[in-house]
Amino acid sequence: MAVHDVRCREVVELVTDFLEGALAVDRRDVFERHLAMCTWCQTYMDQMRATLEVTGRIREDEVPPELVDSLAAAFRLERSGGA
Amino acid sequence: MSGLGEQPAADGSEVAVVAALRAGDEDAFRALVRRHHAALVRVATTMVDSRAVAEEVVQETWLAVIKGIDGFEGRSSLRTWIFRILVNQARRRGAKEARAIPVSFLAGNPEGAGGHAVDQARFVPDGQRWAGHWCEPPAPWTDLPAERFSSKETVAAAASAINELPGRQREVVALRDIEGLSGQEVCELLGLSEGNQRVLLHRGRSRVRSMLEKHLGGEG
Repeated sequence: MAVHDVRCREVVELVTDFLEGALAVDRRDVFERHLAMCTWCQTYMDQMRATLEVTGRIREDEVPPELVDSLAAAFRLERSGGA
Repeated sequence: MSGLGEQPAADGSEVAVVAALRAGDEDAFRALVRRHHAALVRVATTMVDSRAVAEEVVQETWLAVIKGIDGFEGRSSLRTWIFRILVNQARRRGAKEARAIPVSFLAGNPEGAGGHAVDQARFVPDGQRWAGHWCEPPAPWTDLPAERFSSKETVAAAASAINELPGRQREVVALRDIEGLSGQEVCELLGLSEGNQRVLLHRGRSRVRSMLEKHLGGEG
């Protein structure tokens, strides 16, 4: 199979299924062959992986300390009061 | 393996966290809040009508966690258990979550995002030599200074891109890529099929990549 079996325009739509392991074996094969030969689509894949890395860092956002304090107070009340 | 593997049950470290919570360990509880609160708010915001209601729902969720931790049986992960409480609390509010996913959406006309991962103008049009291949290819981000890529501004750009996604995409991307839930957990929490979950994830992620590309290319 040649690289032309799947075109860049289709590759970008298959990226998530590929990353999720949801591509059928033959589709996956074609996808991987295309990627091996197309540096632009490799760049696209790299960008998608980098996007996930950046998204994963959002989680490190600070939670307001006063909110943590007030919930911790509720925790203290319930857990120490009850037991 | 796929991202839709077995739903993780409580693991060893989680057993320790649960034990600490039951013993009234306040630091363990604070750590749990810091770990999950922002994602709970983000997800709740997609399920109720306002940010204020979302924050109330999350507060109620934490209170339910405090009261209910003794009843946690470890059949799902602690995280899934907390999110399930959140989804139930949000639904109790008679929230906008009741709306069904339109059929047109699943047929590839998603809520406002355009049906494509990438602007079609960036590919050679049909009928020409090299049709369907890039004519305006992506530029490698690895050429950027590392501090630019890992800057707070870049993370903020991703966060704002996610906030602007249509509701269901936002829920799925927040749960999968911010909070790190498995595909199966997300299907279960939101009542989605695996296929629908992947479509939503694909549209959402593609949109976030494209917004980051604009952000990183814009002020190069």
